[in-house]
Amino acid sequence: MAAPVMSRRAVLQGLSGLLIGFSLADPSRALAATVVRSGEPVDDKPLASDRIDAWLAITEDNRVIVYSGKVELGTGVETALRQIVADALDVDFDTTSIIQGDTALTPDQGYTAGSKTIQIGGMQLCRAARSARQLLLRNASERLSVPIARLETRQGHVHVDGNGQPALTYSQLVDTQVFDAVVEAGDEQPNPPRFVGRSVARVDIPDKIFGRFAYVQDLRVPGMWHARVIRPPTTGAVAVARLEDVDTTSIPEGVELVRIGDFLAVAAPSEWQAIRAAAALRVQWEAKYPLPDMDDLHDALQAANADEREIEARGDAERALSEHDNILEATYRWPFQAHDSIGPSCAIADVKNDRATIWSGTQGVYPLRASIADLLGMALESVRVIYAEASGCYGHNGADDAAGDAALISQSLGRPVRVQWSRADEHGWAPKGPAMVMALRGAVNAEGRVAAWAFRNWTPSHLTRPSSDAGARNLLAGNLARASVAQAPPVGGDRNAPVNYVFGQYRVSVHWISVEQSFLRCSALRTLGAIQNTFANESFMDELAARAKRDPVAFRLDHLKDPRAKTVIERAADRSEWIARVSPLREVESAGEGQRGRGIAFACYENEFAYVAAVAEVEVSDREGIRVRRVTVAHDCGQIVNPNGLENQIEGNVLQAIGRTLKEEVRFDPMGVTSLEWGAYPLLTFVEIPEVDIVLVDRPHEPPVGAGEATSAVIPAAIVNAVFDATGRRLRTVPLRWRGES
Amino acid sequence: MAEFTLDINGSRHTLDLDADTPLLYVLRNELGLTATRFGCGLGECGACTVSIDGRSLRSCQVPVASAAGRPILTLEGLGTPEDPHPLQQAFIDEQAAQCAFCISGMIMTAHGLLQRNPSPTEADIKSALSANLCGCGTHLRIVRAVQRAAKVS
Repeated sequence: MAAPVMSRRAVLQGLSGLLIGFSLADPSRALAATVVRSGEPVDDKPLASDRIDAWLAITEDNRVIVYSGKVELGTGVETALRQIVADALDVDFDTTSIIQGDTALTPDQGYTAGSKTIQIGGMQLCRAARSARQLLLRNASERLSVPIARLETRQGHVHVDGNGQPALTYSQLVDTQVFDAVVEAGDEQPNPPRFVGRSVARVDIPDKIFGRFAYVQDLRVPGMWHARVIRPPTTGAVAVARLEDVDTTSIPEGVELVRIGDFLAVAAPSEWQAIRAAAALRVQWEAKYPLPDMDDLHDALQAANADEREIEARGDAERALSEHDNILEATYRWPFQAHDSIGPSCAIADVKNDRATIWSGTQGVYPLRASIADLLGMALESVRVIYAEASGCYGHNGADDAAGDAALISQSLGRPVRVQWSRADEHGWAPKGPAMVMALRGAVNAEGRVAAWAFRNWTPSHLTRPSSDAGARNLLAGNLARASVAQAPPVGGDRNAPVNYVFGQYRVSVHWISVEQSFLRCSALRTLGAIQNTFANESFMDELAARAKRDPVAFRLDHLKDPRAKTVIERAADRSEWIARVSPLREVESAGEGQRGRGIAFACYENEFAYVAAVAEVEVSDREGIRVRRVTVAHDCGQIVNPNGLENQIEGNVLQAIGRTLKEEVRFDPMGVTSLEWGAYPLLTFVEIPEVDIVLVDRPHEPPVGAGEATSAVIPAAIVNAVFDATGRRLRTVPLRWRGES
Repeated sequence: MAEFTLDINGSRHTLDLDADTPLLYVLRNELGLTATRFGCGLGECGACTVSIDGRSLRSCQVPVASAAGRPILTLEGLGTPEDPHPLQQAFIDEQAAQCAFCISGMIMTAHGLLQRNPSPTEADIKSALSANLCGCGTHLRIVRAVQRAAKVS
């Protein structure tokens, strides 16, 4: 079927109608600050991912608009994606701009998650841009009656016979119509890269530094009210409270109440009015107390009626273990953890009878649209979700839920509504990174090699994101309004449960725990299960090395075949001036009473993508507990798009993962989460940060794979292995507690 | 409701407000000065830090009534792309941001530090910023940026 031919004018008209930045005469009184993109309907913008026009447009002044379903979450991908397109299309970086995450404008690229934006989204864009360039050359050949072999592209122009004067601009070549062509498979790199591989400065940083960047929290829509949701007194993975009664005399004048099932909200013209009204409202709930004592959490997870699935096996690990009389067994425990978003979630919704527009910091505008359409009882096409950057989310935080809240309240009130979550909303009600238990058994043989390895874990699903399957069930507003339970396919708990070491007798299995038995509402947090599983696997590898009385670096290298895996371990060891040892070395710190140690950990992300090794140097003392002094990371994610941006992500993952290892734990009592502010859920602070030294292994001829969260996965084990090296004590429960007793 | 006159970034604004309204909401919602960010509303994270009378304070904890009449500086008043403050230039030069939601609070806290102590040590900087939270783990770059700004200012 022929695709409809559309004029470029139609696309650009649609676009110009969208870029509304209205500033008032006196900018210091810009009461309705900024609406970045209005919700006016757009027709005709191609969205099918096999069409070049879904991805790219050339403007009359020869600039390039990139339409990306992957979005900037504060990790620098906007810059990196533009670098990729600039090279693939052969244009100047500065002539590109990007429109991200809009169900009316950008193709459906699923979620921006799992450090997959460059690996998947970047490659989709790259193919579209290369196809576009080929098409431009074909058009030029026709227009100039010159064979393609005599043409070349240079920075947005087509030249003939290497002539310094361009014959045509790209804009002239798409003058009368859009590309109107399909994306082809072509893999050829047009010219040597001019931008990929360089540390192009991030395009979003200056506006953020000058206070001119509009986050979703800063958007304002004319006529908008502010709303706050009143949450039940208990939290849990399933509905644990029923709304019984609201004392209507406690509603202040000028404030509207919205009640749908157990969903309860107040809205007012001013934000402070809404905050005070929410605090003053007298509500009666019938609550259940669904949670175990915190000390019993991990036993309860292991006792869950869980579905065991084998992930990988070689040989017969059980039989091999039964033949050894010196089996090592160890159980590792990981707590529930929160997303560390500094800005609580926020969204704006403008729901009218026939259409709804939602501005959200969501990681997936299309899946959120599906869940919101279900929540509102509207057709999919009637809902438009527009991405607006929020505070860093590191996974499925409250962003989607806030959008659901705003949508439901706006529909009920018939006016645009902004919902800003409180700190307690975010800490208490946003999904949590799952608590998990990992149990390992293994043995080493007389040659000092692993004779058998058996891994089991117990994990809730790491994925309860909105989706078309789950509909309103995977929004908090849906749960409360309809007393429904989230849908959670078994995802994430098996990530990096297998290892890249080659063991002859080997078995890995996962026990999937249902939502009803998960205690708290769980979903994606940076690495999904890779940080928990790698913590266990790399700790256990160290325990086996110690049992075999072998150096932890040499022991690992001995069980690996993949040269890229070996390289990162060797590079991390070299750079950190690793001295071969049998842990524990119990090095005494010369200056003080502390003991120093070093530990290494390695992982290949999802067992097939980025290779990362980290060496942690710690100091342990009764007075200061565990201090991480220095972390050395060697990192191979294939081709590097932006070295400085990559280092920024690696540094961030090192520091965040240290906080997750030493400090972060969602606390709860039988009524629900008690870590409702930063005092009860402390993050790593400036006085606790180590030096971080990074070795980037660039492989320009390997495809770029996800970077960033791969580093998080190795940090916990590197730290506990260093603590063991320093003290001889093996810590197996995160967050690590050091009380000095041996 | 009562009338308050605020002196913000060198401009005076007279507004009719509830006296207990935190300065944060006045800046963001009445004046459109959104660089000052809501992070916790409890004075725990530092995202809403502004300078009042030359001191770094958490604007979520300052009722508008007590801020009236005192000189208030927000990130918007610190510098512009054409005329950046040394701290702003240093944060750009060091690429000291990821999501950057915490960054205006970091810069305003560092501004207070450099006012008191123009030549801080690394330990001084870390100590001054220790009650400002960053979730992305940009700490190392933030420290380098403040060091760089201290050298040039």
